[in-house]
Amino acid sequence: MMKSKADEEDYWNSSKFKAFTFDDEDDEFTKKQEVEPQLPHRVFPASCFLFPAGISWSVRETASSLREQSFPKIDTTPSLPKNSSGYSLSSLFKGKEGEREMMDCAAVSLEKFRSLQEKLLLLDEAVGVHDGNVITAVLIYLKKSLSKEVLFRELESRQTALRHFIHYLTESKEQRLLLELYRALGRTEDEALLQYKEHLRITDENKRRDFLKSCVSLPFSPEDAGHVQDHYTLLERQIIIEATDRQAETGGKVEIFQKFPRRASILNMPLITTLYYCCFYHYAETEGTYSSPANIRQTFRIAEKQYFVTALAARAKLKAWHDVDALFTSRNWLGFTRKKSPLSFSRVADILSKNNAPVQVLQEYVGLVDDVELRVALAQKYKCHFIVISTYRDLKDRQLLLGYRGKVERGSEEERKIDELLSNPQIRWKN
Amino acid sequence: MAHSARRDSPELPDFSVLKRLARDQLIYLLEQLPGKKDLFIEADLMSPLDRIANVSTLKQHEVDKLYKVEYKPVVSTSDQLCFLIRPRIQTVKWVCDVVNADKAAGKFKRYKIIFTPQKFYACETVLEEQGIFGDVSTDEWAFYLLPLDEDIINLELPEFFRDNFLEGDQRWVRTGGSALHLFHSIYGPFSKVYGIGRCSKMVYESWREQVKEGEQKARQAEVGTVFLIDRDVDFVTPLCSQVVYEGLVDDIFRIKCGCVEFGPDVTSSDKSIKVMLNSQDKVFNEIRNEHFSNVFGFLSQKARNLQTAYDKRRGMDIKQMKTFVSEELKGLKQEHRLLSLHIGASESMMKKKTKQDFQELLKTEHSLLEGFEIRECISFIEEHINRQVSMIESLRLLCLLSLTENGLLPKDYRSLKAQYLQSYGVDHLLTFANLKQLGLLVEQQPGETLTVMESKMGKLVNDKTAGKLTDAFSSLAKKSNFRALSRRLSLVPKSDEEYDLRVPRDMAYIFSGAYIPLSCKLIEQVLERDGWTGLEEVTRLLNGHEFAVTGSNGADLRPQSDAQRIILVMFLGGCTFSEISALRFLGRERGYKFIVLTTAITNSARLIEAMLDNHV
Repeated sequence: MMKSKADEEDYWNSSKFKAFTFDDEDDEFTKKQEVEPQLPHRVFPASCFLFPAGISWSVRETASSLREQSFPKIDTTPSLPKNSSGYSLSSLFKGKEGEREMMDCAAVSLEKFRSLQEKLLLLDEAVGVHDGNVITAVLIYLKKSLSKEVLFRELESRQTALRHFIHYLTESKEQRLLLELYRALGRTEDEALLQYKEHLRITDENKRRDFLKSCVSLPFSPEDAGHVQDHYTLLERQIIIEATDRQAETGGKVEIFQKFPRRASILNMPLITTLYYCCFYHYAETEGTYSSPANIRQTFRIAEKQYFVTALAARAKLKAWHDVDALFTSRNWLGFTRKKSPLSFSRVADILSKNNAPVQVLQEYVGLVDDVELRVALAQKYKCHFIVISTYRDLKDRQLLLGYRGKVERGSEEERKIDELLSNPQIRWKN
Repeated sequence: MAHSARRDSPELPDFSVLKRLARDQLIYLLEQLPGKKDLFIEADLMSPLDRIANVSTLKQHEVDKLYKVEYKPVVSTSDQLCFLIRPRIQTVKWVCDVVNADKAAGKFKRYKIIFTPQKFYACETVLEEQGIFGDVSTDEWAFYLLPLDEDIINLELPEFFRDNFLEGDQRWVRTGGSALHLFHSIYGPFSKVYGIGRCSKMVYESWREQVKEGEQKARQAEVGTVFLIDRDVDFVTPLCSQVVYEGLVDDIFRIKCGCVEFGPDVTSSDKSIKVMLNSQDKVFNEIRNEHFSNVFGFLSQKARNLQTAYDKRRGMDIKQMKTFVSEELKGLKQEHRLLSLHIGASESMMKKKTKQDFQELLKTEHSLLEGFEIRECISFIEEHINRQVSMIESLRLLCLLSLTENGLLPKDYRSLKAQYLQSYGVDHLLTFANLKQLGLLVEQQPGETLTVMESKMGKLVNDKTAGKLTDAFSSLAKKSNFRALSRRLSLVPKSDEEYDLRVPRDMAYIFSGAYIPLSCKLIEQVLERDGWTGLEEVTRLLNGHEFAVTGSNGADLRPQSDAQRIILVMFLGGCTFSEISALRFLGRERGYKFIVLTTAITNSARLIEAMLDNHV
């Protein structure tokens, strides 16, 4: 059963079968002419849709209030305070209460709602029914029959209707009207974001850059304005770097591009990807060039930790262990070197091991993990035997050391080291 | 597995009638366009359609060729085109392009659009604007309820979530009401309806209106109790990593319409296979609700049993062998195949999870739920972002942080957002705006005084006035109050107690004993109390919109009757497999049977992806 299902779905989903003609295979359906289920075909309530439940609803409301209710009505949300004039939409349909069926089907023309008051009542009624389809239908009519100024003004105090309108404009891609709406409502940040979003449609990188430049002055929050500025600056640099590197690559004279051909263009990549790229291809460059990692770090105010993680990953990928080492080495005032990291050394070891660092490199960082338990666990995970051994020695734990002897290779250097320690009379073992 | 089930659990109703009903309606609609026709099907309708009608059924009704809607010019030569689509403006625009291109080329064809589950006025407006209103006939296929399993019914409307909760568009409210109405007309009458959430209230009202319109025959109810819940009542649960087998499979492989595709790493061959995951799969049925840590043990025991069963054939005589082959072997082989599939899946998931430091990730999630070592959690998330681990995962953790902490400190918010944009692209400014709008990722408001004022104003606003104020104070309505809720409802068990995952003592087992899903806990409490009495503080923290109503037209109200103990839980905005597992557990404990009716099956990735806006 499962197989045939799966096969069938393959048909459905595979794009190879763009279209196919049925041939006369035997048919399950003919065997299965079962008894019809008990439900009528009624279930197409709105085959005569045009004006949906909205208006007729209020009619129904009046009609049905006379009937017994089996389930109680509950207070659904704060729509609008009831209009005080006593003027109700249902009165527009007086005399039609008995014709509910017809109401459903009649293509009630909205054209008869001409005065603003009627239009707004229509809208409020629609909102009261909680049927988004009806709300949008009314809004489409109001959009056609009211000036923007009036419509926007009235929507301002009708949040539910407003959100429907915004969603409708978004879906039907009426960008310009939506921008006007935001502007009229004083929703400047929404306006800015919507305009900024347009850059995604622009495929030409130079045009996109120019567009982003124009976005910088949009009314963003100060914080977001900074991000958009960065976006522009980044693309501007990516364009320059891309042009230079493409040339260098095709020129065939720069070794690193020959050894590690670029897999994709750097255009439109996130900042950190760009930094990684530059740490990979342009690590040694002086701060003066756009592609130097130091320059990027400074221009975009990249946090120290973030910079370290990225540089570490890039240099490790290249197996430039010397660079890795240098990243962590700092000198104190006496000229002694020591290893410092904004990142925990366990994390450093993790990054290195994911980049297939050899044990010799790994153990240097595993050995710097402060927490003894974690250090041993990592050393075992990465097979840094000497770290395990020296930690056990420091713990003066003869039993553990003895136990570990079984785990290292026979006749290996590690085994010799363990034996040497075990027979060292100067160590005062605790067990 | 070894669950102590109450023996008197009622039987679930049969849902196959829903499939037949949907199929017959589709056939009826296809017959409205007599003669040979080509059928264009919206991509995300293909799997649901496949569950109820096969290719030969369509062929029977003169469907000639099938195409997937791809928003490209069509090559069909048929003179009748039928489009089976969701009511989306974009799709209708494409249909208009097709029709107008034919017109321009002087081709005259008949066109029909079948919208499912209903049409929207906005779509018809597109037809009108494009000048083809009248050239195209339209219809509705009221395919609301797709039974995915014996206790899961799906509306397959993933866009419900974003449309309703982010955009504030109520277009699916009536759909929800109609779905409930359809269910009610077959399996009702309901006698009790509980609910929480704005959308739930509206769906209830829409359903009630529809019931009033139609005729309701008095008959024996199969399902008597209903619980409606909005997804935004509980965002924490769907954002947690799933660790129950079915949920984990969904997180890793993505179950689509009850079917999953296992790749070569699972099948240990060069082929992928699609597998239906439901209670028909005997092996799956036994592990789907289990915590992942139990699954291996179970599967290997099962493998041993299977071996023993195979071994029986040793020492058989010919006659016995014949019986064995004809009666048992097929079943054993089937089980064998399933077993190796699930073992393969488990291994593959294990491998993937070890690679990405799953333990550490879970530890962070648990700390967030507990409100413990938040600084450490933040730096874990920061490193995640710095290392560009996963764009979705990073956002998920940020949202969890914000929801459990009632927003981020402004300093943290700024710094994490900046780092996120650096790692994954500035375009995500749009994503952050969405997350803020929905209340998933927000900045804490400075100052306690403002909060008090806000809550007073907020109450006012929620109750009475609408308009601008709502917007200004919407941050209040979106406060998650998770910590307070967690204390009130004891969602986080004390961490110093051992939790035996093999013998779960409560629903927390679905999150390794660290957290009882809020959504399911609410359901448990309301059923236990037969309403919201005593939960006033909880509903206040959840911003209200709770209700509990009783019907009165001859419905069976005896609380012990079977129909009362079969509970339909309708999730508006989606639910996760973990929640379904938790409800199954609750059902076993209390002698209920739960039926889950959801607008879609969701998980953290789908939820976050619905918020992304960094594409055209």
